[in-house]
Amino acid sequence: MLEVMWKYDFLQYAFFVGIVIGFLAPVLGVFIVVRRQAMIADALSHITLTGIAFHLYLAQSATFLQTVHPLYMGMGFAVAGSIIMERLRNVYSAYKELAVPIILSIGIGLGVVFLSLADGFNNDLFQYLFGSIIAVSQGDVWLISVVALVVVLLLFFFYKELFFMSFDEEQAKISSIPVRSVNLLFSVMAALVIASSMRILGILLVSSLSILPVAAAMQVAKSFKQTFLYAVLFGEISVIAGLITAFYLDVAPGGMIAIFALILLLLVLSGKKYDKIRRLR
Amino acid sequence: MSTQENGVIQIENVSFRYGTQNVLEKVNLTIEQGSFLGLAGPNGSGKSTLIKIILGFETPDMGRVTLFHVPVSKFKNWEKIGYVSQKANSFNTGFPATVYEVVSMGLYGKIGLFRFLNKKHKKKIDETLQLVGMREFKHRSIGELSGGQQQRVFIARALVSEPEVLILDEPTVGVDTQSVQQFYHLMSHLNREKKITLLLVTHDIGAMTKYVTHVACLNKRLHFHGSSHDFEESELSSLYGHDVTMITHEHDHGGA
Ligand SMILES: Nc1ncnc2c1ncn2[C@@H]1O[C@H](COP(=O)(O)OP(=O)(O)OP(=O)(O)O)[C@@H](O)[C@H]1O
Ligand SMILES: [Mg+2]
Repeated sequence: MLEVMWKYDFLQYAFFVGIVIGFLAPVLGVFIVVRRQAMIADALSHITLTGIAFHLYLAQSATFLQTVHPLYMGMGFAVAGSIIMERLRNVYSAYKELAVPIILSIGIGLGVVFLSLADGFNNDLFQYLFGSIIAVSQGDVWLISVVALVVVLLLFFFYKELFFMSFDEEQAKISSIPVRSVNLLFSVMAALVIASSMRILGILLVSSLSILPVAAAMQVAKSFKQTFLYAVLFGEISVIAGLITAFYLDVAPGGMIAIFALILLLLVLSGKKYDKIRRLR
Repeated sequence: MSTQENGVIQIENVSFRYGTQNVLEKVNLTIEQGSFLGLAGPNGSGKSTLIKIILGFETPDMGRVTLFHVPVSKFKNWEKIGYVSQKANSFNTGFPATVYEVVSMGLYGKIGLFRFLNKKHKKKIDETLQLVGMREFKHRSIGELSGGQQQRVFIARALVSEPEVLILDEPTVGVDTQSVQQFYHLMSHLNREKKITLLLVTHDIGAMTKYVTHVACLNKRLHFHGSSHDFEESELSSLYGHDVTMITHEHDHGGA
């Protein structure tokens, strides 16, 4: 593997990006899961596709856009979508989960229209849907490095507020925590991470890396902090194993990563069951 | 009757409605520093609503509320007020957090943005867990505790920032009799030794009157407010209907 990596730049890029999102997606995923917003990742990834489709559509007439990375437009849409979603959550305060299907339908609806207009139903679309190793460019590496730096700093500084709000938003409010602003900040972070994970994981599988490792981590972790450690561990194993096998088997990396994340989850679940049975004896 | 200067919470002529339904009508209530007030009333009588107004979650349609002589809307020193909500025990029990982590939340507002827990805070968390008798459970998952134990953890979270006032909304629901006793002993201790002003919402008038210094009975309007001694000598059956009889206490208050 190492020799091949020297040979191909794209492999180095793919592994770099993979390792970064193998960290970011599960860390953000912990908050997403405990806030009971597991569907939010899917809504944001679909709105990312809408942005990409919009870019492809515009690029037909505005040729200068052909040199620009479509992911920027995707990221812009995801951030805008996350802000709208946060607004909707405040409007439908008794039905907060409504915000997700609203954004999801807008995302897919507009996305399909722009893709049709841009004649985008081709191989590129396949890469966006399921992820790709060869498509990872040096531009992706820069973009994701910047996103990672920003998100890690924000998470570090707002960890205690996010933790408190995830557990009990009402109580956080009376403890003078700026709940609304931190919620908005979190949505924007989620949008940035989801849009950056898209390259490797694909739109349809983005949520697998932020949900499955967390689901497994929650089975074994004894504290909130430990949940992050395990989630990142499971996330990185899935990404590295997924990328290597995807490369040799020549399949879409998103699928392999999701499969490894699932295998880890099953191992943890059965290990826990075995442990229980053993203790009962 | 009450000296206004000592009123840490003052509710003046407060009315509130949800839509067209009157929930509170012209409620006047002063909670004095150092007192332990039991607020009783049947289901739907507006107790939780009154608490929400005190905490600024709802704004009254009429009247005003001051905390430490500052109108609620302008009040900033929220760390002076601890609150254990009626819903505290209905958190997501699968939440992966330890008792220690949950109690530490109580300090976050006081610490402020861009700052972190230090040694002193950690010591304070240990002391508070000790106070509520949950220190040996420090590293246990919050979801794995019994209802009564969880409740003590939430009380610790409200206490850890050293509030001057503690507000508890029906904390003894679903807690066994022995734990209720322990709970009231803890409250008495906080009130007498730590000089914390307490506002306790409850259905259970019988268990409460032995420990509180003052009683208020609410049913849209305030039907009674006075010392617990006066309360025992008044009749309140009208508020509760005829099927609920007051539980009388074994100890004697020195004749009528
Ligand atoms: N969010 C709300 N929207 C509309 N009406 C509400 C709302 N919350 C409470 N109410 C109504 O206001 C009234 C008072 O409710 P509140 O929760 O204050 O009662 P309570 O005295 O705390 O009752 P309980 O003992 O059951 O906790 C009830 O009739 C209730 O139906
Ligand atoms: Mg209530």
